[in-house]
Amino acid sequence: MELPGNEQLDATFAALADPTRRAILKRLASGQASVNELAEPFAMTQPAISKHLQVLERAGLISRGRDAQRRPCRLEAKRLAEANNWLENYRKFWEGSFGRLDNLLEEMKETNNEIGN
Amino acid sequence: MLNTGTLKVTTPTDREIVLTRVFDAPAHLVYKAFTDPELLKRWFGPHGWSLTLCEVDLRVGGAWRYVLKGPDGTTMGMGGVYQEIVPGQRTVHTESFDDYPGDSVITTVLTEHDGKTTLTATARYESKEVRDAVVESGMEHGAAETYDRLAELLPTLG
Repeated sequence: MELPGNEQLDATFAALADPTRRAILKRLASGQASVNELAEPFAMTQPAISKHLQVLERAGLISRGRDAQRRPCRLEAKRLAEANNWLENYRKFWEGSFGRLDNLLEEMKETNNEIGN
Repeated sequence: MLNTGTLKVTTPTDREIVLTRVFDAPAHLVYKAFTDPELLKRWFGPHGWSLTLCEVDLRVGGAWRYVLKGPDGTTMGMGGVYQEIVPGQRTVHTESFDDYPGDSVITTVLTEHDGKTTLTATARYESKEVRDAVVESGMEHGAAETYDRLAELLPTLG
């Protein structure tokens, strides 16, 4: 299921807001894994992990294989990249400002020293 | 350990954005640069934009207002009210854009260590839609969907 623009981004960020789900994504970044394999390092029950996987799947961050027994989970890099793009735009917004602020602060420190000493 | 100049952006919840940045200056100077209109005019705004109007009534209940002008002449107005002020350390203020509905509350905290100052600005939006609108306003969408950037993002998610 594809959600339109902002709604998709909301689902993605809501999914990313949980530390267990972020840890699952990190694990999947190094290759696909089954629910059992994912449950192991987290000391969580399989149903608990399955719930997290459902949220991630709905957000488009992972996909599940069709193999009925194993249903391996795979990271959907595109969705994560979209979330990253969004953050990148926000970062750019501030980076230019802060670069100029660095220069201004240098100037202020010098003036401050002259007055102080 | 303090990594000067690296801006970190995280989204701890779906209604918040947190900026973290270390400046190589004591907190009182960073505070001054964030609250003095004449100083704000010299640095505030994304690349190519300048602050044409900057009014700051720095007291609890006092208003602030900025108007930014873009390279193509577009103007963008924003403003709000100060809710909390601890000089040199912490401010809480509301923020809204003229062209977008909804308020956000910005909590800015300055922590000084060895002459360097860590700025943590937490923006809390009343809705996810407002947060998205703020970010998308006047900003182009990058298209690159590379694994390089994915690799960059993953450590920050920890």
